[in-house]
Amino acid sequence: MKNRLLEFVVAVSAVALLSVTTTAGAGTLEDVKKRGVLRCVVSTGVAGFAYPDKSGVWKGFDIDFCRATAAAVLGDSKKIKAVTSTGKTRFTKLNANEGDVLWRNTTITFSRDVGVKLRFHGVNYYDGQGFMVNKKLGVKSAKELNGASICIQTGTTTELNLADYFHANGMKYEAVPIETNDEARQNYVGGRCDVYTTDASGLAATRSTFSDPNNHIILPEIISKEPLGPATRHGDDQWSDIVTWVYYATVTAEEKGVTQANVDKMKSSKDPEILRLLGVEGAQGKELGLSKDWAYNIIKQIGNYGEIFERNIGVKTPIGLSRGLNDLWTRGGLQYAPPFR
Amino acid sequence: MAVISENGANTRNLITRLWSNRETRSVIIQIVTLTVIFATLAFIFRNVVINLDARGKEFNFDFLFHPAAYDITFSPFIEYSSRSTHLRAAVVGILNTLLVAACGIVLATLLGFIMGILRLSSNWIVNRTVYCFLEFTRNVPVLLHILFVHGLIVIQLPVPKKAVNLADSFFLTNRGFFIPKPVWESGSGLVAVVLLISIAFVVLFKRWAKKAQDSTGRVYPVLGISTGVIVGATALAFLAADMPLSWNIPELRGFNFSGGIAIKPEFIALWLALSYYTSSFIAEIVRGGILAISHGQTEAAHALGLRPNRTLQLIIIPQALRVIVPPLASQYLNLTKNSSLAIAIGYMDVVATVGGITLMQTGKEMETMIIVLLTYLVFSLIISGFMNLYNKKMALVER
Repeated sequence: MKNRLLEFVVAVSAVALLSVTTTAGAGTLEDVKKRGVLRCVVSTGVAGFAYPDKSGVWKGFDIDFCRATAAAVLGDSKKIKAVTSTGKTRFTKLNANEGDVLWRNTTITFSRDVGVKLRFHGVNYYDGQGFMVNKKLGVKSAKELNGASICIQTGTTTELNLADYFHANGMKYEAVPIETNDEARQNYVGGRCDVYTTDASGLAATRSTFSDPNNHIILPEIISKEPLGPATRHGDDQWSDIVTWVYYATVTAEEKGVTQANVDKMKSSKDPEILRLLGVEGAQGKELGLSKDWAYNIIKQIGNYGEIFERNIGVKTPIGLSRGLNDLWTRGGLQYAPPFR
Repeated sequence: MAVISENGANTRNLITRLWSNRETRSVIIQIVTLTVIFATLAFIFRNVVINLDARGKEFNFDFLFHPAAYDITFSPFIEYSSRSTHLRAAVVGILNTLLVAACGIVLATLLGFIMGILRLSSNWIVNRTVYCFLEFTRNVPVLLHILFVHGLIVIQLPVPKKAVNLADSFFLTNRGFFIPKPVWESGSGLVAVVLLISIAFVVLFKRWAKKAQDSTGRVYPVLGISTGVIVGATALAFLAADMPLSWNIPELRGFNFSGGIAIKPEFIALWLALSYYTSSFIAEIVRGGILAISHGQTEAAHALGLRPNRTLQLIIIPQALRVIVPPLASQYLNLTKNSSLAIAIGYMDVVATVGGITLMQTGKEMETMIIVLLTYLVFSLIISGFMNLYNKKMALVER
């Protein structure tokens, strides 16, 4: 009797098991259009790159690219939602579909591209890892850092570069792993560590928030290549194309001299590439699954690459980064977009 | 019996009959419950399989044998470098979790018992002071306590160059506490052997004393004699072996202290915060346990002529422990699980290593999280097991 009962229960359960199904999600583009809001995975706050201003509006270099994507997809750069994430949670959040695209000063690496199953779309900021120390220490080079305590953001490539660099140079250090940039700042200022290391752009951004920025120097050694760029999930080629070409549109616009101010005038330009970019000729918007004026919206609402750079992190801002590697290829930099053709 | 004319009525009748029968009703409820449970599990499992497949991810643990490539500075038990494997990093993390949980349980129990007894003190000031401390501690989230203690150490204590110097051998800095490290030299083996022998002697003596008390009623000063034997014999052996001990004293070299033992601020902050937070709960459990023993017991013991400390030792505490131990076990479990907040201040526990950096660098969310979950599960089961054993030992033996 008991055994029969058990068999029956198991059989019923097995049927229930088989009848359960999951539905696969539709394409990201349709999801975003239906939702009317683009969700970008961004950092929890890095001055100049992604931070909420006094009235709670998100600003910064990464945020502007997120807004550019929203302008292209939804026609309105304001329709974004910032999904904040630490260095550790960013890919999980993206892969768990809590965000549509990652614009979060993220280094492109083999293991992230292949192992974490992300798709990267070009380098919107060429960076490298540097060290910041207090001038009082009298340190002039990273080679003098043997035995130092170093604050690092955990879960980042900087953690690995640091281990490699010190191992290769036969030096020892005390790693002080920190979860966010803000906490790292507190620990560095409080003297828990002698050195703060992250991407040079991040160091400049963090230094700009100190009360005494002039007392801290960034050491000359750049110990790694940190190509930062946007990422999306595997398996949605259309959405990947969109993110890729949003970035290229900003670069192409700068190269062709199309700015936020003159974009309307440029619609009657004689340069066919500008006309294709702005949707006056050709059907590139439609091929991407977007409106004709997708790139026009980006430039009108956000501006070209140079404008985004100068507004958020350029030499005139407190962060004061020069274009350097991030200048256009025509001026000796690395920013280079394939032709709009 | 009435003649049933229609099939429908027949079926309806059957269901009602099955439902109103106690035995079949419980069978039906069991089937439905099990179905729901299985279906939920199946849904979750399928979801995982489908989503892993959609992302093109394979489920395996091969990554554990690849180099971790990151550094863990705090690894007091085993050697670790950035060239070690992810597996070793996981072990370092597990050991660090174990360390802070074990130290935390010891300190929390100590503090908890002291405060629980002080809370019953008839001295108004002592009583109220402890009460205020307990209420403050219990009602603030433990994460804030951890950040608070860590902040105190990092911001209030001086940098290594201006360390608080105690006798040129103990140094307090915001990079941790540096204490001398004992270095055992030849001849220390003799001391260890003598120590072990004296402990063995004490164990035997205790047994003999108990038997003697049971048969003759004479009470021996067991504690005094035991301490005397252990300390005295070991000290004599130490002197006889020409003091085979030297100290490795920390000294400031470059940026930091080197030599000695370094107790990192992350460990101290986590340990202290977890301990005093949990101790506030333990104090209330201890107070409740003691109050649960009726005053009549004390009066009865006094009437038999037992002195107050013997009353506490023989009558009150054994009975109070029966009330105290089960909730104490869940406090120990809480402390262990709360130690996962370590990541907030960068203490490299199992969540920070395998569940944090390894997860990030390899993208193996499922696998690493399974390791972390199993770690806590095993720790919790071990603690529960021990506490159950102890509880059984403490339980009232009914005759």
